[in-house]
Amino acid sequence: MSDSFGQAIRELPSNLSCNCTRVGALNWRRAAEKLHAAGGRLLTLWGADDRDRDGRFRIYAAYLLHEGVAVFEHPMDQGANPIYPSLAEIFPCALHMERAVHDLLGIASMEPDHRGWLRHGAWPDTVFPLRREFDGNTQFAVQSQPYPFVQVEGDGVHEIAVGPVHAGTIEPGHFRFSVVGEKVLRLEERLGYTHKGVSKRFEEMPQMEGHHLAARLSGDSAVAFSWAYCAALEAITQTTCPPLAANLRALALEHERLANHLGDLGALGNDAGFAFGLTQFSRMKEDLLRINAAAFGTRYLFDFIRPGGVAADLPVSAPRLLLDHYPVLEEGVSALRSIYDNHAGLQDRFRDAGILTAETAAQLGAIGLAGRASSLPLDLRVDYPWPPYDRLEPKRVTQARGDVAARVQVRFDEIFESLRLCRTLVKEMTAGSIQVDCPPAEPHRLGLGLIEGWRGPVLIALESGPDGTIRRCHAHDPSWQNWPLLEYAILGNIVPDFPLINKSFNLSYSGHDG
Amino acid sequence: MIDILSRMIRTGILTETFPAPSDASPVVEGLQKDLRNILGRALCIRHVDAGSCNGCELEIQALNNPYYNLEGVGIKFVASPRHADLLLVTGPVSANMEEALKRTLDAAPDPKLVVAVGDCGTCGGVFGTNYASRGAVSNVIPVHRTVMGCPPSPSAILEAIRSVFIEA
Repeated sequence: MSDSFGQAIRELPSNLSCNCTRVGALNWRRAAEKLHAAGGRLLTLWGADDRDRDGRFRIYAAYLLHEGVAVFEHPMDQGANPIYPSLAEIFPCALHMERAVHDLLGIASMEPDHRGWLRHGAWPDTVFPLRREFDGNTQFAVQSQPYPFVQVEGDGVHEIAVGPVHAGTIEPGHFRFSVVGEKVLRLEERLGYTHKGVSKRFEEMPQMEGHHLAARLSGDSAVAFSWAYCAALEAITQTTCPPLAANLRALALEHERLANHLGDLGALGNDAGFAFGLTQFSRMKEDLLRINAAAFGTRYLFDFIRPGGVAADLPVSAPRLLLDHYPVLEEGVSALRSIYDNHAGLQDRFRDAGILTAETAAQLGAIGLAGRASSLPLDLRVDYPWPPYDRLEPKRVTQARGDVAARVQVRFDEIFESLRLCRTLVKEMTAGSIQVDCPPAEPHRLGLGLIEGWRGPVLIALESGPDGTIRRCHAHDPSWQNWPLLEYAILGNIVPDFPLINKSFNLSYSGHDG
Repeated sequence: MIDILSRMIRTGILTETFPAPSDASPVVEGLQKDLRNILGRALCIRHVDAGSCNGCELEIQALNNPYYNLEGVGIKFVASPRHADLLLVTGPVSANMEEALKRTLDAAPDPKLVVAVGDCGTCGGVFGTNYASRGAVSNVIPVHRTVMGCPPSPSAILEAIRSVFIEA
């Protein structure tokens, strides 16, 4: 098979329909232009050091198209420090990814911004941790380096620097505001503070243990990431997860969505000065976590999903417990929704705050929940359903306004839809096997796992090594696409609204930093 | 307004005696009483995420829900290390956060109690130590108490907080 570039296309193992095309530098960029014109979205970008195999570095880009996922692979022949054409002009979200690829692998795009993104001085700029010859356990003394933020000049403009340590129980990152009075003229984010070297860590792990690390890429998306990892591994080993295990995985994923949405709705009320909302939603979240503990044996489902299936079946008492709890939760959320909707003070803060227009969202490649609140309808569960979503017919939730209120409404609607899915899943639960053996993958098999987590699509690209080892594992959180959205949504808003607007996106630092 | 009030009345007071009844450990004296006897005032905590996966943060946030009601017993999270009696640090400490963590500790007034939360904060967890991770919090700053778990339950975190200031 070949495509319009005359290149060979091969199928790529995945839980979605997926193929891979090998291209040269020219077609690397042309393909991006063509896919952009056809409405494709950039899912992720990653690099690999294959010099031990064929003397080349490779850069990969995965796009989401109507018919599935298209991966482009560009092998580079230019020796130790090769360059490739940047995709950032076509897909702006590629910029941070290209900078990260450079920090880890030393292959640079032609984009002029070469400030370190993940590398803050914790390792020298001549060292590239993902290269094969680099021993991951080497440690360097931190050489703190200045980071030139873009300066805004003019009468009355001043800067506010926030972070990396934030004033609350949240993750670290740096925000540099340029403001006039209270109005934000520009926001520049600097991330990478929680970079823990997970890609290198994966390469030290056997395939059968990688799901533990995957679950801890972003703790709030543990189910989504561990499922994506297992989906990739099962795809390259041609393992089929038993139907009961698939049902349990989906149930766990929806519980994760519920818990996070409940937490966010409470925090959003609180950030708008409505502490009652936080109290009520955090109570409902705690109730759900305790239900998790009773049904799944743990409050947070970190190690529930594993290669070939799940760790445990539900206890006999669980279906009744769950089916009794869902209406209670539904009633509570309905009542709170009515209170939120009718509270003038709250709506005054939510409405028109942090607007991300549909046009900007589309240009920037917004994805997941934040995209759906700005009229971008993508939901993998609906558009590319994998088992068991292929028979559940999940409903899509979108909003058009793109403000904080819209992101609140999407969360409310998704809670009700998740509850409907949970009910169906529990009612359909039958006896069966929850686990099949997952054999070691043959060497040099590349596979993709793509799961719609609560924040958006999470992706794992897994390449096997010999004897059940991992040769390369690339994890991608939707926060990569969505962090830059915040820089636009905040424009023209006042500084005190930033926590509210930031919370309405609630992006992951750890998932992004890797 | 009537909706809000009726919701409050329907919800009632959920705060549990510490530790939560679901725990197997024996019921200890109320945390509030310990605080009053030892500190004579509220305990102020500064949380520092030094590179965690955000799982521990979720359980630390849960401490403020009505069941654990941390503020109700006289423990509050403060926005500045200068106001803090205790640092609650989650890890592993990423190399990129090493300097920020040390500076936060410097900014806290003595006696600077430090509790490291979670498997990663205790020993590096699944991330271990590598070019980007320093592993356990104690590899970077002195730690008085650790609490294992991935993530540890809110009551386990609460127990660690209680025991560290009783021993201090």
